[in-house]
Amino acid sequence: MSEIVPLLEARNVTMRFGGVTAVDDVSLVLGEVELRCLIGPNGAGKSTFFKTLTGQLNPTEGRIKLRGQDVTGLLPNQIARLGVGIKTQIPNVFNGLTAYENVLVAAQRGRSAAMAKAMVEKTLARLRLEPVARRQVGQLAHGQRQWVEIATVLAQEPDLILLDEPAAGMTHEEVERTAELIKEINRTQALVVVEHDMQFIRMIAQTVTVFNQGKVLMEDHVDAVLADQRVRDVYIGKAAA
Amino acid sequence: MKFNSAWAGFIAVLIAGLVVLFAVPQIVSLFGIVQMTVFVAMAMYALSQGFLWGFGGIMCFGQASFLGLGAYAYAITAINLGDTSWGMLAGVAVPAIFALLLGYFMFYGRISDAYIGVITLTVSVILFQLINSTSGAQYHIGQAELGGFNGIPSVPTLNMPGDVSNVLSPTGIWYVSMALLIIVYALLRLALASRFGRVVVAIRENETRAMLLGYDARLYKLLSFTISAAIAGLAGCIYDNWGGFISPTIFGLAMSAEVIIFVLVGGLGTLIGPILGGVGLQYVMNLAGTQHKVDPNLGLGVVLVAFVLLVPQGVVPVIRDKAMQLFIRRGAKAARIQETSP
Repeated sequence: MSEIVPLLEARNVTMRFGGVTAVDDVSLVLGEVELRCLIGPNGAGKSTFFKTLTGQLNPTEGRIKLRGQDVTGLLPNQIARLGVGIKTQIPNVFNGLTAYENVLVAAQRGRSAAMAKAMVEKTLARLRLEPVARRQVGQLAHGQRQWVEIATVLAQEPDLILLDEPAAGMTHEEVERTAELIKEINRTQALVVVEHDMQFIRMIAQTVTVFNQGKVLMEDHVDAVLADQRVRDVYIGKAAA
Repeated sequence: MKFNSAWAGFIAVLIAGLVVLFAVPQIVSLFGIVQMTVFVAMAMYALSQGFLWGFGGIMCFGQASFLGLGAYAYAITAINLGDTSWGMLAGVAVPAIFALLLGYFMFYGRISDAYIGVITLTVSVILFQLINSTSGAQYHIGQAELGGFNGIPSVPTLNMPGDVSNVLSPTGIWYVSMALLIIVYALLRLALASRFGRVVVAIRENETRAMLLGYDARLYKLLSFTISAAIAGLAGCIYDNWGGFISPTIFGLAMSAEVIIFVLVGGLGTLIGPILGGVGLQYVMNLAGTQHKVDPNLGLGVVLVAFVLLVPQGVVPVIRDKAMQLFIRRGAKAARIQETSP
C-alpha cells in the first residue's frame, strides 16, 4: 500500500518582502474534501500564504505540492488549471461585464458552448444570482459581487477552493447562506476559508489553523482552538478588550 | 434580448457598409472615390487601434509603426515581384511578425501598461529615423530604393491577382478597400463574440481574475497585439493604393496621435466608433487642409480637447445609450398601457 497523497501539501513556506517576513516557515497539509479554516489577526500572513498557493507570489523558501505534484513557481493560470480556485479578499471580478458573462468566462474553459451555458445557469441558480444575471457586476452591491466571484470559482469545479474572507461585508442573512453554501460545496470539494467572524467560524469549522505573525500558532479542532488562551490573547482577547 | 439587439446592430452595420460599397461609385466623382479610399484606409487604421485599446485594453502609442511597416512592405514587395497580391500579403505579414516579436518581449517580460505605451512610441520614432536616413542609391531592397525622407514614388497599385498587366482602376481599388474594411469589421465582431474574444475582454477588465481562472493573459494580449498590427498593416496597403507613394512621415508621431483621437472621438470600446471617427475626422482634416489660415493639426487638437471634456465616451456610445434609453422608456410605457388596459 502506498501512502495517501494529500490534496495540498505546503512545506516550510516562507515569503519575505525585503526585510519583512510575511509568512514564516508555514507547513499545512490538507486532505481530499477537507474543510479548513484559517484565522488570525490582520497582518498575520493569511492572504499572503494564499497568494503563494495560487502562484500570485513565488515563495522565497519552501515547496507547495498538489496531489504530490510540485507546483512551486508555477504561474496562477497554470495552478488554476490544476484545479485550484480562489475568491480573493478584495473581490476580483470583471466589473464591466454582466454577472452572466463573468461566470461564462469561467465556465467556458474546457467545456463545449452548450455545456458552458448549462454550467453558468446552474451556478447562477445555485448562488441565487439569476435576478442580477444581466446586470453589470460593477454596479452590484459588495455582497453580490462576492457571490459573483464565488460563482466564477465554482463554475470551474476546482478540487481545492480558497475563500479569503467570504463573509466580509455581508448581512447576517447572507453570512448564514454563505455558511450553508460552504458546507454544501464541502461535500464534493476541499476548502480553505480565511475568516474573522468567529460566529461564522463556529458555523462551519471542524479543524482550525491559527496564524500569528506569519507563523502557525496552533492547529486543532475548532472548540479547542477557541478555548485556547494563546489564541484569545493574540486575537479574540484583544478584539474584546 | 440584449444579445439579439447586439446582433441586429451588427447586421445593420453590415448592410450599411454594403450600401456604401456599391453606392459610392454610382454617386461620387472619380476624384471623390480616390478621396473615399483614404477614408477607408484611416477607418481600417482606427479599427486596428480601436480593437486593441477598446477591447484588449492595451494602449499602443506607436500604432503608426504597423501602418508604416505595412505600407513599406507592400511597396517594396510589389516593386520587386510585380504582382501586388504578394505586396498585400507582405503588408499584413510583416507588421504582424514584427508585433509578434515586440509583443513577446513586452507581454512575456511583464512590462506594465504605461511602459507599453512608452516602448511602442519609441519603436515608431526609431522606425521613422531608420527609414528617414536611407536616402541614396545604396539603400535599396531588391529593386526598391527606400529613398530616405523622399520616400518611394510610384508604388504599384493593385492588379488582378496573377495578372500584372490588369491594373485596377480607382473604382476597383475602392471596391477592394471597402470590401476589406467590411470583412475585417465582421471578423472582429465574430472574434469578439467567440470564447477568444470573451477572454480578451475579461483580461481588459481584470487581468488577475483572468489568470486565476486559468487564462494566460500574456498569450491573449500578444495575440490581440498581433491581430491589431496585421489590420494596421492592411490599412497601410490601402494607404499606398490611395496615393501611389509612401514616405517616412507615415511613421510620424502625428500618425500615432491621430489614430488615438479617431478612437476617442468615435467611441472607445466599440468597433463602429473608430471607423466613423477615422472617416469623419479625416474628412474634417481634408477640409481644413484646403484653407490656409489654421493648421489642421491644431484643429484636430481642439477636437480632442473638446471631446475629452464634453463627450469623453465618444460619439457612438452616447448615441447608443440615448437610443437604448428611448427604447427602454417606450417599452416601459407600453408595458404600463398593457397593465392598465382591461
